[in-house]
Amino acid sequence: MSAISVRGLRKSYGALEAVRGVDFDVERGEVFGLLGPNGAGKTTTVEILEGYRKRDGGSVEVLGTDPALAGSGWREQIGVVLQSSAMYETLTTAESLRLFAGYYSSPRPVDDVVELIGLRDQRDQVVRRLSGGQRRRLDLGLALVGDPELIFLDEPTTGFDPHARRQAWETLRSLRGLGKTIVLTTHYLDEAERLADRVAVLRRGEVVAVGPPADLIGAAPATEIRYRENGREVVLETDSPTRVLHELTAKAIAENRELEGLVVRRPSLEEVYLTLTEEQPE
Amino acid sequence: MRLFRHELKGELLLYTRSRELAFFTFLLPMIFFLLLASVYGNDRIKSEGNVRSAPFLEAGMIGYGAISIAFAGLAIVLVIRRESGILKRLRATPLPAPVYVSALLSAFLAAFAVEVVGLLAIGRAFFSVALPHHAFSLVLALLLGAISFCGLGIGLSALIKSAEGASAVVNAIYLPSAFISGSFFSPHSYPGFLRAIADVLPLTYFLRLVRNVMLHGHEIWSQGTNVAILAAWGVAGVIVAVRSFRWEPTEG
Repeated sequence: MSAISVRGLRKSYGALEAVRGVDFDVERGEVFGLLGPNGAGKTTTVEILEGYRKRDGGSVEVLGTDPALAGSGWREQIGVVLQSSAMYETLTTAESLRLFAGYYSSPRPVDDVVELIGLRDQRDQVVRRLSGGQRRRLDLGLALVGDPELIFLDEPTTGFDPHARRQAWETLRSLRGLGKTIVLTTHYLDEAERLADRVAVLRRGEVVAVGPPADLIGAAPATEIRYRENGREVVLETDSPTRVLHELTAKAIAENRELEGLVVRRPSLEEVYLTLTEEQPE
Repeated sequence: MRLFRHELKGELLLYTRSRELAFFTFLLPMIFFLLLASVYGNDRIKSEGNVRSAPFLEAGMIGYGAISIAFAGLAIVLVIRRESGILKRLRATPLPAPVYVSALLSAFLAAFAVEVVGLLAIGRAFFSVALPHHAFSLVLALLLGAISFCGLGIGLSALIKSAEGASAVVNAIYLPSAFISGSFFSPHSYPGFLRAIADVLPLTYFLRLVRNVMLHGHEIWSQGTNVAILAAWGVAGVIVAVRSFRWEPTEG
């Protein structure tokens, strides 16, 4: 059974249709990315899955339960990392984790979580004195301390410097090793590409593509071949680059000339994403 | 019950860690009591049946403590927790909302209880104020007052939109309220318009109730009007709270 199943999900805020008929499934043990620009409906979708918002239409099941009707038993099984990392500034790392651990019937030991999020040296430091990256890791720790089956991460590395992002990625990869199902939203492509098994790309409240990052790249615009001929740039787009390239090079060799500035390029996920999320005139 | 105890312990830890709460809502009433009673604790107040100032002030500071801890402190803490997103985070945990709210209130009631004990001890040690006779009536009166001010505090927190504005709004309400209701002076000597305002404030009735029990030897069941008006204010606060309480930060 899927961890999450979403069908025809809709949500409006007044006249604004934030989510317009979204479908996707998340399998157990999978890392699933919701990718899209700001305002695409990522946070609204995730907050409906977390039980924060009521949907206007469609059906949603998270761990077999409708989150709009879910109670404490269901909350035992999910962990949530929100965009803002609000916590009690005057407690230490360990005190914060202990406080939240007490809300669950079978929490993960606090010291295990401290190790997992790499805050051993900050164990007895008050939250107010933690750096931005350390706070974010504690934030993750608070979501993990209940030992949930399913973890939601809303833009886990937004506002991080490159070093802190890499550290956060390491931590998230170690979560995968625990066999947890993870749903993360992000507008960073490299993040989705590195962390997610599959991504759904959202554009203006609709899913425009779903699949493993590699497949999305494969399904997208063709391979590009560029070279210069008589000083003019030639650009070819093709779905069969091997054949085209062979013909080009065979011809050039036969004519004993060089294909100047020859480049063969696969599109990056970034280009796929830009193509998918480009605003099209209606 | 296990969850309640766990959360209460957490809330008490948070309370003792907060310097702002500890000073402004907890220590200040005791400091004022020490200062004011040192200056005129032995004067007699003619308009109040010639009672000595020290016990009159002691009761006044109990009222001031109630409004500053249960009303002002609670309202500010709730707004900050809501606007910073802590309440939203708690919503995602299995901690049930009624358990959370009751543990939070209990922590503030406990702080108020310690405050009262502190004020009674200061009165006894420095200003020879006798301990109250009708202890049971006093406990009931204090509980009623503290719970009513908690209700009003939660109600007010629901009306404040930003964490930055919380202290300003709360201070602008509870400080003048403490003066006008007669925490520091006898309201009998006030001009008419101040007395007219005092006549609607809940603290006025709480102070009358506490002073009647502490200074004039009344039992709480002879204080129907004061009890009713105070309770009505508390209920009004709870109604506002139930109607407009939010777990999530105010948007943009």
